[in-house]
Amino acid sequence: MISYISSIVMPIIIFIIIFSAFSEKKKTFDLFLKGAKEGIEITLKIFPTLVGLFFAISLLRNSGTIDIIINFCEPFLVKLNIPREILPLAILRPISGSGSIAIATEIMKNYGTDTLIGLIASVIMGATETTIYTIAVYTGSVKIKNTRFVLKAALLADAVGMLTAVAICRILS
Amino acid sequence: MLNTFWPICIVVSVIVSVLTGRLDNINNSIFESTGSAIELTITLIGTMCLWSGIMEIAVNTSLIEKIKRVLRPIMKFLFPNINFQEKEYQEVCMNIISNLLGLGNAATPLGLKAMQTMQDKNSEKDKLTDSMAMLIVLNTASLQIIPTTVIAIRTSLGSNNPTKIIVPVWIATLSAAITAIFATKLFIKLEKRKKAK
Repeated sequence: MISYISSIVMPIIIFIIIFSAFSEKKKTFDLFLKGAKEGIEITLKIFPTLVGLFFAISLLRNSGTIDIIINFCEPFLVKLNIPREILPLAILRPISGSGSIAIATEIMKNYGTDTLIGLIASVIMGATETTIYTIAVYTGSVKIKNTRFVLKAALLADAVGMLTAVAICRILS
Repeated sequence: MLNTFWPICIVVSVIVSVLTGRLDNINNSIFESTGSAIELTITLIGTMCLWSGIMEIAVNTSLIEKIKRVLRPIMKFLFPNINFQEKEYQEVCMNIISNLLGLGNAATPLGLKAMQTMQDKNSEKDKLTDSMAMLIVLNTASLQIIPTTVIAIRTSLGSNNPTKIIVPVWIATLSAAITAIFATKLFIKLEKRKKAK
């Protein structure tokens, strides 16, 4: 059931969008090209960041530094039922968008995309945001220093999102 | 932030690899990492192109107005202090719709515009208002109908079912978003009670 819904979502959304644009007599293909061009720019813009971060993360992993950090946090992870391989992603996710893309890719490459670990990494990537970065940009743009409870509330939500991700993937696989 | 994090990662890694005798691994990883970045970018370009194109079409149809109508009662609950006739409502609403459609690049400028409009009316200029806090928390909650980036990554790594994670992502996102909303509401209440005392 869940995988059926998952697989029909994209086709349905695409159908609704294209159908309503066509029936409203919009220039669908011109609009598509305009958006697609922006898509290229967005991706190319993050390429240098990705190279830098893939480099750093690959060093962390191959030097054994990540293992040292994970071993240190192991007792805590076991209590929360989080697989140890996920830890680097959980730490980096709220801080850096491209960084977490890089690390999620590494995790899925090493452990497979459809294994328990690969699925958890995918769901965490999809279900959480770069919380700390977002708060910094939004409050910084209006020069506000007193952010009240925002960081607490957002990080709590991230933690709930991640634990839910782990729980669902365990049920599914 | 990366200006501190990045050099620390590299310096620590090199030191650790010398101590653990893994210098050979380091040499391999230097070249391997650029390959990974290129592979990922190539697949990302395809998905991002297609998706941005389709969403550009969506933004130009009457679908947006329909979503706005559906969102109205939810927005009233989330932002009780916002006047629905005014431009801040439009900006906040468009920010949330862009997030839902996965248009991160459109969402941020709209969100920042909404922040500015709300700041103009803010009586305590160095403190977030309730509505601003709610807007920020919602933007940290990744309300995305289709997690395109993850699907692209999964496709690039040869997953046999890249979209399998859509419903699990919804469940996790929703539980995170609901936590975020109620935590925000609760903190606002607690602060008011403190003030009243």
